This record gives sequence, C-alpha cells and structure tokens, in this order.
Amino acid sequence: MTSTPTDALLQKILDETKVIAAVGVSTNPVRPSYFVTRYLNMRGYRVIPINPASAGQTLFGETILASIEDIPKDTPVDMLDIFRRPAFVPALVDTAIEHLGDRLKTVWMQVGVEHAEAARQATDAGLQVIQNRCPKIEYQRLYGELRRAGINTGIISSKL
Amino acid sequence: MTDTPQYGFDTLQVHAGARPDPATGARQVPIYQTTAYVFRDADHAAALFNLQEVGYIYSRLTNPTVSALQERIATLEGGIGAVCCSSGHAAQIMALFPLMQPGCNVVASTRLYGGSVTQLGQTIKRFGWSVTFVDFDDLDVLAAAIDDDTRAVFCESISNPGGYVTDIPAVAKVADAAGLPLIVDNTSATPYLCRPIEMGATLVVHSTTKYLTGNGTVMGGCVVDSGKFDWSQNDKFPSLSQPEPAYHGLKFHETFGNLAFTLHGIAVGLRDLGMTLNPQAAHYTLMGIETLSLRMERHVHNAKIVANWLENDPRIASVTYAGLESSPYYARQQQVYPKGAGALFTFAVKGGYEACVKLVSAVNLFSHVANLGDTRSLIIHSASTTHRQLTEEQQVAAGAAPDMLRVSIGIENAEDLIADLDQALDEALK
Repeated sequence: MTSTPTDALLQKILDETKVIAAVGVSTNPVRPSYFVTRYLNMRGYRVIPINPASAGQTLFGETILASIEDIPKDTPVDMLDIFRRPAFVPALVDTAIEHLGDRLKTVWMQVGVEHAEAARQATDAGLQVIQNRCPKIEYQRLYGELRRAGINTGIISSKL
Repeated sequence: MTDTPQYGFDTLQVHAGARPDPATGARQVPIYQTTAYVFRDADHAAALFNLQEVGYIYSRLTNPTVSALQERIATLEGGIGAVCCSSGHAAQIMALFPLMQPGCNVVASTRLYGGSVTQLGQTIKRFGWSVTFVDFDDLDVLAAAIDDDTRAVFCESISNPGGYVTDIPAVAKVADAAGLPLIVDNTSATPYLCRPIEMGATLVVHSTTKYLTGNGTVMGGCVVDSGKFDWSQNDKFPSLSQPEPAYHGLKFHETFGNLAFTLHGIAVGLRDLGMTLNPQAAHYTLMGIETLSLRMERHVHNAKIVANWLENDPRIASVTYAGLESSPYYARQQQVYPKGAGALFTFAVKGGYEACVKLVSAVNLFSHVANLGDTRSLIIHSASTTHRQLTEEQQVAAGAAPDMLRVSIGIENAEDLIADLDQALDEALK
C-alpha cells in the first residue's frame, strides 16, 4: 500500500527540485508524459528527457538521452520522474541510485506507477519517494491553478 | 487528495473554494464581472488553449467567481471537481453529454421531477438518445432494463415531488455491476442530508437554484464528478477515452486521469454547449451555501411538524413524507438519509383535483409557485402545472396524482405554516 504523502512533503519536493530526469518521455505532444514534462518545463524546471527510442532528438531544448547512465556526472539531478510501467521501476531505481548518487533527492512515480519493493529500496537509500501521483497535478493543486477549474483542491485557508 | 485537516461540513460550506482573493486580498469572493482575461504572452495563450495550463480565457469556460462555487460544491459533495452551468436542466445535459452518443440510452427512475421526465422522455430524442423509465424499488427490473447501449443510470436522491427516498447504495451496486456510472440528482436533499458519492454514485447533479442558493434569487446548475469511474475500462465512453479531435487527438482520461470529466465539462461541454453560469448568480449561490446546514436543519424540523399535523388531519387523505413513521420508506430514510427526509413532500386532499386548485388560491403564507428549496414555504398543484405535460399514469408514477399538492416547507415558524394550511383547507372544502 502506498502511504499518502502530506501536502507539506509534496510542496517541499516541488520547491527544492530544480532538475528532473524524466524517464519514458514521449515526443508526441498529446501523450501524458509529454504533457506533464512540458508543463514542468514551462514552470521553470529543467527537464532532462530520457527515452532510448528517441535518443538524440531534442525536447525542451535538451538532447534526449538513451538512459540514466548517459546523464553527465557533473549535471545536477534532483528528481527522477518515472513514466514507465511498474515492472521497469526496480531497475530504474537501481541505476539511479548507483549512477546519480547523492545528487538525487526524490524518486517520483507517475499516476498508475507503484512498486513497493523499489520504493522501500529508494527510501532506505535516503530518497524521498512519491508513488501514483503526478507532479503537474500536484503543482497545479498546491499553487492554486486547479482552483480555476473547480477542482476540489482540499486546501482550506484564510491566508492569501 | 490532501492531508489538510478533515474539517466539518459547517466549516467547509463557508470556506471551501474561497481563499482570500489572490489579486486584492478581498475576504469575500469577488464578483469577477468580466468576459475575457488578458494573456501574459503568446506562449501563455497557447498553453491555455492546449489545456497545458489551467486558467482563464473567456467566461463561457471559466470565471473566478464561478470556480469558487464549483470547488465549494465539489468539496461538500466529496467529489474531485465540479462544473457549474446555467440551470439544473443544463446540468443534466452537461452530465449526459460526455457519456452519450446517438443510439445510446439512459435508464432512469420513474420518480423524477416532471420537467426531467419531459427532458429525458422527449427532448433528448432529438440528440438520438433515449430513456427507459423503471421503478427503482425493483432492482431486478432496473438491472434488466440495462442493455448494451445504456450509458448511465439516473435518479434523484429525494425525489420531486413525492419526497420518495432512493436507496442509492442498492442502485449504485446495480450500476456498478453493469459497468455504468450512476448519476444522482441531489437537488432536494443537498449534500447536507445526502452525499451520493459516498454511496457509490459517479456523478451528482444539482439545480443550485433550490436549497444551495436557498432564497429563490438565481438560476444555476452543477455537475460534480466523483473522480472514481474508469472511463477507459471499455470503448463505451469515447468522448473521454478516445482522441479528442478538437484538441489535436488528446485523450482526456489518459491525460487528466481523475480530473478528466471535470476538465472535459469545461473544455468541451461549456465551450460548445455554452450553458454557462454567470458570476452574479455564482455569487448569490456562494452566499446561500454559507448557511446551508443551518437552513436544512430548520427545513427538516419544520417539514416533520407540518407533515405530522397533516397526517392527523381528517381532511387529508395521505401524506408522502418519508420522515413519517407511517411511511413505507421510513426505515430506508433512517438508514440512507439519517439527517432527515428533506422538506419536500406531497399530500392528497379529500376533495380531489378541485379542492387542490382552490387550496392553492386560499393560502396566505405559502406561495403558489413552481419552485422548491426557498426559505419561504411554497405550494403547487403538480398535476395542473409542473407535471401537466405527463399522462395521468406518469403523474401517478411520479407522485403527482391529480389530488396531490406539493409543498416545499420553508424556515418560517412551523405553527404559522400549520395555521395557514388549516384555514386554506377550510376554504378549499367549503
């Protein structure tokens, strides 16, 4: 079972993250993975796209890499955002922990992606783990954007 | 969706959707009386039109005052999101539109507001849709009425005019077994008395004109989505699961997950059907909802007293109120609607059609109007007004037989309401 992350944790992650390595990003503009990463890029995050099928092409001003291991050693990466089926998650987490080391702070699995064992492994390695959530939706919810569409944000506050 | 404290209903009806205005700090939700919104630049405009970013383009689609109302109703109903529109009837079309195609049908309860019987029974035929009306007390008949072309099951929680209480958990099970969304019109109960989503409903529709606004001032409607239905489980709901041509082939459910129905309601429903709620109306309804629980408690309190008095009066043949211990639906009401059976019911006058017509002219506090859910007590003879387009058989099935009067009990002093009915009954039976 996935524990529900607190709004405070989600906000901390979205605030401290500057660079996101996004695994499984499509170059098709109407695919969810493109939709989400394009949004995050618009909001100022640097997105490093990773997809062996389109490696070498350019997306959001970045060259698409074939694997996590192709991220240069001196490139900061705060978050790994996983757009792959759950079965692929353990290998991705292994590679990320090994290759990115202390640079990495968060492993984020998209909506529909959960893997309890890999999540535990990442937590044990000192990483923050979010499963079955979308950073675009959480960003839009926590920063007031979803209010505009009549979404139940759950945010009750008398503050500005 | 969040870890914020689980606030109570009374707190949420005041605060949900209504943080201080980000532009001005205004504590009350401002009325944003504008048709359009300036784009920061071309990229911002493109992001909005591509649905990349959620924001304001044009008030046919979104408006900050309306958005606050949408979030408040979604919160009170326990839904993921809501889309407001121009009336309760608009809300029903807005709810069905993403689900239906020509050739599809909806299975609906016979116990509906007469206008809904007409909308579903007649008008939607022009879209190539159809309805099958069945008695929702017979779950086998309900299940048997569902076929391969059915796309939704539809009922009212507390039905108009008869005050019949639907067994929502049981009906939801039948819809769920058929892989279909259950749509519940929760107008007469309001989320204070009934939260259909917690009982398994997929969508909730409202005429916000009634108890939510509460004072008979403005028209409005709302569709709330639970966010719990899997629109992609089969090919029955292509509007949500298949590529949308108007958005470059974007699939709403795949892209927006549990926000899909709400965003589709704005981006396709309001965009192309245009049944928009205006910000002035949203403002009145926000004001009304702030006191919803207080009013509903009084409505229910008064309705019980008046229904009891009527039941024991020799001039009255019958009273339908489910909150009466003598009602065949009393046990269900206690179980499914423990906070009360609402304030809408009918009673039959000995003296029939003619006495009913006389009585509505003889009342002095009750207002003879085609509305319900006002602070004022209202009365109407359904068979000669709201339900007059129906056959007598349909009128009886809907709880609007010719000798029936419908009342919507207000928040006045109950003894004054009783005195008014007492003198009017004397007049009517002279």
